[in-house]
Amino acid sequence: MTRVSEHLNQALHDLMESDPSVHLLGEDVSDPYGGAFKVTRGLSSRFGSRVRSTPLSEGAIAGVGAGLALAGDKAIVEIMFSDFVALAFDQITNFAAKSTSMYGRPVPVPLVVRCPTGGNRGYGPTHSQNPQKHFIGVPGLSLFEMTPFHDAGDLLTRMFELARPCLFFEDKVLYTRQMHDTGDLFRFEVTDDVARVYVDGAGPPDCTLVTHGGLVHRTLDAMRALLLEDELVCELLVPAQLYPVPHLPGLEDAPHVCVVDDGTEGGTWAAEVATALYPRLWGRLRRPITLVNSADSVIPAAPHLEREVLVQAGHIRAAVREALS
Amino acid sequence: MTVTAAAPPRSPRPAVSDQDLRSLLLIRHFERALLRLFERGVLSGTTHTCLGQEYVPVALSALLRDDDFVFSNHRGHGHFLARHPDPDGLLAEIMGREGALCGGVGGSQHIYHQRFLSTGVQGESLPVATGVALKLAGTGALACAYIGDGTWGEGAVYEALNMASLWRVPLLVVVEHNGIAQSTPTSVQMAGTIAARAAAFGVRHHHIASTDVDEIRAGLAPLVDAVRAEPSPLVVEFATHRLGPHSKGDDTRSPEEIRRVRESDWYDRYAEADPERFARIDGEQRDLVERVVAEVSARPAAPAASAALATPSPEARP
Ligand SMILES: Cc1ncc(C[n+]2csc(CCOP(=O)(O)OP(=O)(O)O)c2C)c(N)n1
Ligand SMILES: [Mg+2]
Repeated sequence: MTRVSEHLNQALHDLMESDPSVHLLGEDVSDPYGGAFKVTRGLSSRFGSRVRSTPLSEGAIAGVGAGLALAGDKAIVEIMFSDFVALAFDQITNFAAKSTSMYGRPVPVPLVVRCPTGGNRGYGPTHSQNPQKHFIGVPGLSLFEMTPFHDAGDLLTRMFELARPCLFFEDKVLYTRQMHDTGDLFRFEVTDDVARVYVDGAGPPDCTLVTHGGLVHRTLDAMRALLLEDELVCELLVPAQLYPVPHLPGLEDAPHVCVVDDGTEGGTWAAEVATALYPRLWGRLRRPITLVNSADSVIPAAPHLEREVLVQAGHIRAAVREALS
Repeated sequence: MTVTAAAPPRSPRPAVSDQDLRSLLLIRHFERALLRLFERGVLSGTTHTCLGQEYVPVALSALLRDDDFVFSNHRGHGHFLARHPDPDGLLAEIMGREGALCGGVGGSQHIYHQRFLSTGVQGESLPVATGVALKLAGTGALACAYIGDGTWGEGAVYEALNMASLWRVPLLVVVEHNGIAQSTPTSVQMAGTIAARAAAFGVRHHHIASTDVDEIRAGLAPLVDAVRAEPSPLVVEFATHRLGPHSKGDDTRSPEEIRRVRESDWYDRYAEADPERFARIDGEQRDLVERVVAEVSARPAAPAASAALATPSPEARP
């Protein structure tokens, strides 16, 4: 069993070892601190000046990463809390992403911006957000998210092979969970980009859920309760690539689809997934796709208030039950 | 443009009023109590204590007026308590209990109370403080913004200083230069100096090495008066020391370094200077904080967020 944060750490070690053109920049990423969430532990001791603790300068470090990438190397930039990626919005969207195509010929920009993301830790309104939705639909920009099922090394390699900037979201609670752990009721398999989590031998599901990495455990909790207490069989699809929305396999026969998204309501990833699915599933769906999102609200610091705003297992279960009732 | 106060003549008897001592010790015991609550698993999220730096806001508080606006940051409990001695409201906010200053929504880093406002995104407050100062110019009031040395990495700081200088607004930037940002020493994250950066914008700069509240005030008072009267921006840089971890349990400094930092603490010096009076007030404030902790811990959770999260009405003004 490996903790997700340790798995990510190992993947960064392996990547920097195998590819000397990879640099890593971010606030407090160097040893002995090793990053606010310890994901970069050991890297500065091992790879010297290819790993740099930076000043508090999110905009500029994203730009420096883009510069290293433009000059033929590869860069990983860590934004300490993904909320602060807002400070790098210009560098990411107006320079890094656009420069891949705005000069009339393809310009490779192999840049990965790592974003520790999400709430349920009581950090309050500016340290708990899921900002994925703000980056959807930017030409030249791809969004990925860490999941308990995808190999982080493969994902990093894929992102660099795209030769265009990628945001890589990593849920802060997921860091503390084990890789590949679905509990005893569920099995999983990964096909291409998408992990499928299912009840072994349960037959066709009543509902197929789609979610991103940070919500996997809350969604599995909901699926467990739906199975044991409501006798509803659910299957879960977890893409690592969030945008462009990848092909989600096996939905043709799904009686119902529910997309679960930790972002707050309004202009959401869930809506983007539904938009991608409607033309494909039109005529087969028995009812509209259910979208579950966090409330249209800032994220309170007090845990009991935060819980009400962010998607929890209970919300997911209630939404599925209501849709199928 | 730089006014450098002489290094503190380590006065064996720093004269400090009862009121200032009370304020210093209230903050000290409040912060210690928070770390204890964290250890007991009673607090969630994170907290940034200002242990060692308490004298900065205490020295400033007497120079600030009720109509001044104060902007604070992640390390803001001392900033708040020096201005509003309301440990109950602050603790309730941090613990998410009834009577919380901001309904438990903001928590430790996001407080808006009367003319005190904090936010957890570094550098964000300086342009806002400049806007508030623009509005206050000519009234005699000023906007005071506390920032750390590390926060000088953020571009917003310079954009704000430029406008503050061009438009001559009453902006008092208080820099708590504790030589470190989270885990990164200032020496590897700041090129040049804060003094030279202020000078580049034609902004007055005042350096303070003293930890003596009265001495600091005496040097600062005429400069703060000028901020109000001219009006004009001023950068006041305190050489200070962070005694505790950045947040909790994340101190990677060497034991020698932490020992060195402890030597500069005002606490023992004030205790030695006037042992009997210090012990009395220290005990008083410790008991006070203990009572506050017990009382606030017994309160019910802050009520559901709907009221706090509702859309503001146009009349909702500070
Ligand atoms: C924009 C932004 N980037 C990063 C952080 C995370 N962070 C919080 S405090 C801090 C260090 C701040 O250092 P400094 O300004 O010196 O203040 P100090 O903590 O020393 O009081 C960092 C990196 C943040 N809150 N906001
Ligand atoms: Mg500092």
